[in-house]
Amino acid sequence: MFGTKIALSLLQKSFLPHPQKNAMRKIAIYGKGGIGKSTTTQNTVAALAEMGRNVMVVGCDPKADSTRLLLNGLAQKTVLDTLRIEGEDLDLDDVVRTGFKGTRCVESGGPEPGVGCAGRGIITSINLLEQLGAFDPQYKLDYTFYDVLGDVVCGGFAMPIRDGKAEEIYIVCSGEMMAMYAANNICKGVHKFAESGKVRLGGLICNSRKVDREADLITALAEKLGTQMIHFVPRDNIVQRAEINKKTVIDFDAAVEQAEEYRKLARAIEANKMFVIPSPLEIAELEELLMKFGIAD
Amino acid sequence: MLLRHTPKQITERQALTINPAKTCQPVGAMYAALGIHRCMPHSHGSQGCCAYHRSSLTRHYNDPIISGTSSFSEGASVFGGQANLLEAFVNIFSLYNPDIIAVNTTCLSEVIGDDLTQMIRKGYDENKIPAGKIVIHANTPSFTGSHVTGFANMTRAMVKYFAKSGGKGKNGTVNLIPSFIEPSDMEEIKRLAHEMDVRFIMYPDTCGVVNSPLDGRYRLYPNGGCRKEQIIASGDSHTTLALGHLGAQPAATLLDTQCKVPFETIDLPIGIAATDRFIETLRNVAGVSVTETIQQERGQFVDALCDMAQYTYGKKVSLVGDPDILVPMAEFCSSIGMKVLHAVTGTPPAKYPFEERIKAVAGEHVIVKAGQQSDMFLFHQLLQNDKPDILMGNTYCKYIARDMDIPLLRIGFPIYDRIGHSYEPVMGYKGGLSLFIKLLNTLMDRIDRDAEEENFELIM
Repeated sequence: MFGTKIALSLLQKSFLPHPQKNAMRKIAIYGKGGIGKSTTTQNTVAALAEMGRNVMVVGCDPKADSTRLLLNGLAQKTVLDTLRIEGEDLDLDDVVRTGFKGTRCVESGGPEPGVGCAGRGIITSINLLEQLGAFDPQYKLDYTFYDVLGDVVCGGFAMPIRDGKAEEIYIVCSGEMMAMYAANNICKGVHKFAESGKVRLGGLICNSRKVDREADLITALAEKLGTQMIHFVPRDNIVQRAEINKKTVIDFDAAVEQAEEYRKLARAIEANKMFVIPSPLEIAELEELLMKFGIAD
Repeated sequence: MLLRHTPKQITERQALTINPAKTCQPVGAMYAALGIHRCMPHSHGSQGCCAYHRSSLTRHYNDPIISGTSSFSEGASVFGGQANLLEAFVNIFSLYNPDIIAVNTTCLSEVIGDDLTQMIRKGYDENKIPAGKIVIHANTPSFTGSHVTGFANMTRAMVKYFAKSGGKGKNGTVNLIPSFIEPSDMEEIKRLAHEMDVRFIMYPDTCGVVNSPLDGRYRLYPNGGCRKEQIIASGDSHTTLALGHLGAQPAATLLDTQCKVPFETIDLPIGIAATDRFIETLRNVAGVSVTETIQQERGQFVDALCDMAQYTYGKKVSLVGDPDILVPMAEFCSSIGMKVLHAVTGTPPAKYPFEERIKAVAGEHVIVKAGQQSDMFLFHQLLQNDKPDILMGNTYCKYIARDMDIPLLRIGFPIYDRIGHSYEPVMGYKGGLSLFIKLLNTLMDRIDRDAEEENFELIM
């Protein structure tokens, strides 16, 4: 056991090569609820699409709001609703809609709040997408993004990072304590699956809440986790304005500064070579970090 | 009078299933796993699931069926079944020493999202799986498909975990992958292949496992079952023959993708025409000739069919069972002049054009029902609206047979109240002949029973 631990710690320090060069990159976005995962994902996807990349977005949230900005509205019929209404005999076209600059959008959907099993819904819908050939080479996809609800609360929400699915994880967080707790917790999940699979952490995306010394704090957290802060997205009300208009920032006004921020994030992800198995922090360690940066005093 | 409340009038149902005409995926997966030599099936779920699956197989085969279980409790449902499974690996390998453990999942472990690939990897990493031992797994959630799907999934898992191309090119071997059928039928298919001097590999192969002889000594792992080495080598075979579209084709497809072994899917060899197709295809792909013995068996079968044609001609028959069996069975019944009224299966046929196939082989008039709501209740209703002369299906048909006073020929899964199915084949020409004889006996016993005294014949 001792030997394995040493080997593991060595592994965590080294930067592994990207799992599959030139092939479709499969990315899952996690983060605390309400942190801006769906907004950040869609804005980044819009930037990638603008760069001419073929992107597919799979929303893994029963609320089914992961593709709203790309589709200019909640127009999407979810995989699970389609399954419920039309039965198991369905076609890919029934569940895939084309959004901003040709992005392929899918919403898993799920049960209404308080009933059924949302986790199983994710498993069912991803299995179904694979069966229907949604990821086939014919679509020439450069990226697939899984936008996953909040925390990795159960086996179902880990589906996107299970065997052969998403191989890169980005965690959206901010300098707020609870967001950092959540990020650390998600790293525990990633660590578990990374031990036996190809999934690696690609970095933290800081979606700023205008907390003091936020960038420094997240950079320090990233370092402790063995990863990087891949981009610091500043807070700008233009994002909210675009959202009210059911658009991504690039779609709403391609010339604004914030659009450039998302382009930077997209380029950073495209150029990213740093894929690690994270080493999650103990709670005491995390609190110490907060103290150091003068938050928890 | 057990079923006296079944109304004759059929109403469209959307959700309710009454007395399903199918069973759980793990039953099929467990049965397939027994078709590997020295393999212990393992049910990853609560004990009740495992007990049910084992007992259905035990009752059907009248042989002890072994299987481990992860024994999920409240705790395992909340925290995931990994700890239980890893402990099971240690216990099973140290106590029962199988070469292979074939894990099937259950509804519960599927809902909580247990990742078997990851857990098995952990088993190796933590040395819970001893060197040289292998664990394979198939996902078998019972809320989709049926026992046939489970059988297909486990067979597919065998390909996924074992089959490899050795890199020395293809040899002349033919892979035979059966659907969910009796060990006796697997034996008969192997006998025909041997008879034609075909080099073949068959898996799953449950003969000698679930119908093993009684010799006073209990063997945890009977002598039968396909050897692991053979499944590995199947990646180098020349062709795969998948015998059955739902139960066998998925494994053959994967073998094609994984090891570039081309495949052909044909019906199970039930009746003259389907057996002809089987023999012809096997002859073609293996480049062999059909022997005198096989010709003779065919001739005898045809002779019997002709001699007794007047007893089957125009007789109405209703069928219930699994799609892979129903299609050639309907074809056979139709070919001996019977009129097939109904073909019902609880197994959802997915992309397989089940209804079209049945209608093509037995006529446009056949009422074909498949899927969740195509259950024994609906079957009974259909029969009340158009009563057949004979019923073919599993043991559960006996209630309908008694209620409506229709003779029943038992075929399919499960058969809990008669024996014979695990020893006497119904496939191939010889098996077809014995199926035909059973059919005749059932029909003619009824003629004798119902004959007026002046029509009661000594010679028939």
